[in-house]
Amino acid sequence: MARFPFSAIVGQDEMKQALLIAAVDPSVGGVMVFGDRGTGKSTAARALAKLLPPITAHANCPYGGSKEDAERYPDVCGGGPLRKRPVPFVDMPLGATEDRVIGSLDLERALRAGEKAFEPGLLAKAHRGFLYIDEINLLEDHLVDLLLDVAASGENVVEREGLSVRHPAKFVLIGSGNPEEGELRPQLLDRFGLSVEVKTPTEIETRIEIMRLVAAQERDPEAFEAQWAAEDEAILKQVARGKNRLEKLEPGEDVLMDAAQLCLAVGADGLRGELTLMRAARALAALKGAKAVRREHLVAIAPSALRHRLRRDVLDETGSTVRITRAIEELFG
Amino acid sequence: MTPDGSSPEGACDPVDDAVLAARLFLVEPTLFGGMVLRGSSPARDALVAAWGEAMDASGRPFRKLPGHVDDERLLGGVDIASSLATGRAVHQRGLLEQCEGGAVVVPMAERMEPRVAGRLAQSVDEGRGPALILLDDAHDADDAPPASLLERCAFHAELGASRAARVDPLGTTGADLDGVAALKPTALEALAATAEALGVASLRPLIFAQSAARAHAALNGRKAAVEEDLAAAARLVLSPRATRLPPMEEEPPPPEEQPPETPPEPGEEENESQQPNPDAPLEETLVEAAKAAIPADLLAALAEGKAPRRVTGGGTGKRRKSGLRGKPLGARQGIPRGGARLALIDTLRAAVPWQEVRRRESGAGREDPIQMRKEDLRVRRFEDKAARVTIFAVDASGSAAAARLAEAKGAVELMLAQAYVTRSEVALVAFRGESAELLLPPTRSLTRARRALSELPGGGGTPLSMGLDAARECAEAVASKGRTPSLVVLTDGRANIARDGQPGRKQAGEDAIASAKALARMGVDAIVIDISARAAREGAALAEAMNARFLALPRADAHQIADAVQAAQPSRQAA
Repeated sequence: MARFPFSAIVGQDEMKQALLIAAVDPSVGGVMVFGDRGTGKSTAARALAKLLPPITAHANCPYGGSKEDAERYPDVCGGGPLRKRPVPFVDMPLGATEDRVIGSLDLERALRAGEKAFEPGLLAKAHRGFLYIDEINLLEDHLVDLLLDVAASGENVVEREGLSVRHPAKFVLIGSGNPEEGELRPQLLDRFGLSVEVKTPTEIETRIEIMRLVAAQERDPEAFEAQWAAEDEAILKQVARGKNRLEKLEPGEDVLMDAAQLCLAVGADGLRGELTLMRAARALAALKGAKAVRREHLVAIAPSALRHRLRRDVLDETGSTVRITRAIEELFG
Repeated sequence: MTPDGSSPEGACDPVDDAVLAARLFLVEPTLFGGMVLRGSSPARDALVAAWGEAMDASGRPFRKLPGHVDDERLLGGVDIASSLATGRAVHQRGLLEQCEGGAVVVPMAERMEPRVAGRLAQSVDEGRGPALILLDDAHDADDAPPASLLERCAFHAELGASRAARVDPLGTTGADLDGVAALKPTALEALAATAEALGVASLRPLIFAQSAARAHAALNGRKAAVEEDLAAAARLVLSPRATRLPPMEEEPPPPEEQPPETPPEPGEEENESQQPNPDAPLEETLVEAAKAAIPADLLAALAEGKAPRRVTGGGTGKRRKSGLRGKPLGARQGIPRGGARLALIDTLRAAVPWQEVRRRESGAGREDPIQMRKEDLRVRRFEDKAARVTIFAVDASGSAAAARLAEAKGAVELMLAQAYVTRSEVALVAFRGESAELLLPPTRSLTRARRALSELPGGGGTPLSMGLDAARECAEAVASKGRTPSLVVLTDGRANIARDGQPGRKQAGEDAIASAKALARMGVDAIVIDISARAAREGAALAEAMNARFLALPRADAHQIADAVQAAQPSRQAA
């Protein structure tokens, strides 16, 4: 089935913004989307795949490696001419086995030729792209640990079944889940750069609009896609321009100061909060085509970048978002 | 259909709506995700059979999918058995691929493993996979098919009470969905308002409802959906998902009329509200129609003001000690089936020493593939941690906790927070007045736990034995799922309500000790905490009967209680 176009998703601006920021600057770290069922979490994440400017990769590299990858991992990269290819988007199912995720012995070649060859898994497929996990809060523990490790180090080291392989696996982790059905461990949550909360739109008009669009898409997916192609293309261009601009943007002292103050005021644990806040603000500025990173960018992205890092006081009912908004108001008026 | 005529006049058998839903589904099988059929009955078997015939007639695959299906079979891959036999890789297509555009019937869907549910949900999302017909035989409300799949199935039908024995063939001849115009804005608005009135928050049902309305119009040979079509869509898609009763002038039916032992006919509710009032606005008519079709048990629960658990809970954390995943432990001889995976290297290693002998026996040359025998096969073993479930039994009665309930709640919350760090689950049983209740079935969700706690009122008598019995039932359910229960009882031990609900300190005390001994017999790991201002010997006696540790914490605050429990609990070990 054709994917629902990103630009046709009604509302959910914070989620869309966070996803685009992750597309502009993967170093922001992944995006975690919390929300009830049927709020368009998966739809948005999956629609993102089509919005990314293509990458250049070695044609024979099973990992879609770039030139740098080929230098760094000469044993695993197959080389070959550099070709353009779409950014990988891997949809990891909840029930994925460890084998399928990290890769395993190539059964076919082992049987046929008695060769010990490595069959790349989902982590390899996701290299330089996105790894999407729906209901990540229900994922098996040992898989979560494994993902954490690979996402942090950018490479997948396999030492099992007599194999010893090291291959690049740099990807943006996108997770979604419903907190009603189980929390995410704080250790994992902290690794996500941005976290957004989506709610079901409650205004009747919005809901009707969504019904109308989905019906139109179901009736004739091709025509619907064509109808939104121009807008999707515009977003793609915006992301591509943002990626280029990113290098040139360097946040000034004043913005750094703001970020530090804000993190202190809300009590965000660790340095990761500040780093992510800065990177996200810079990516947002790049995405918006701004000449410099300004306070408005910082403020716009602060809830997404910090809400999951506040020290959790279980006896305090105040939501994280409220605490951040309050701190922003007090600091910057 | 042959309803036996015992239902009140004008009411129809529940299977009628299920049949209608199945026919809507058949108009365009790729549009509705699937259907949930609750309750085992001849009507359900007949419907599934009729469904299968209709799918066969249109050349669409219709297969059964056992809940224990493995990944290889589900998604396809290398067929190990024939690969080893022939010495070359033999690929097989997965069930999902084979059934593309068709439907799969999942019996006992409430027992489905989360890993299978994840695959199926993904396949439905992609829109290519088969539609799901989930047969749900769950007896209690906490056991349900995975929520992710319930959400993705357009139609839900309750057939446990159906008296029908036969289902007519599900013909959909001549239905032309493409010929039906898109819904008008007023119609969309009416559906959205109906969903709002019933408290259906998710957007998926709305999308299903409008497709259902168009399919209903197509079935009836209309070019555009009319009120009747919208009403059918609201009834079939939105009603079973209701989380609240629409605001009404009339009284909701008193729940006492429906004794839980005999499942009532949902048709009974369909009285005068069934007749559409020609003057009423469209959305009101729809709300009426939808309300009339809310399943009886759901209606009763809603009328009592309880949010149905089925809607939120589901496949969460139903992890079993399976031995299929976890840390690898090494291989042992065995056949790779039932989910056990082949340890290839070990298998090859086992086969290699025999190659010379086998070649000689079979007269094969050195160029021929390696010869495998059944006894060479090795499967992997894994170490899996049995998940711990901490069950809190909280005395919310006036005697013990009125002053201390806040601390108890705080301690539970802190322990919950700790529990989710270690990925264990918690459950909460509260007892007060004349009853004990499982407020929170085992969960890992802090959000749900906090809500359950904040809604917990205090005061009343101390039905200690009831509380302990409820805790034991919960512990048994936990243990039956292969997890390790441990119990934390917060009470002063001063029972004054006996097991039969009668006041009386003596009988209540004896009952409590009896219940405690039952827990001891079960061997559940327990701890009793007396948080009352002056600890009495009842608490200690209770702990002794329960074979539990006893802690008296008269002046402890929430943090101290939580720390004490943590310290007293045995270290979490791998099972």
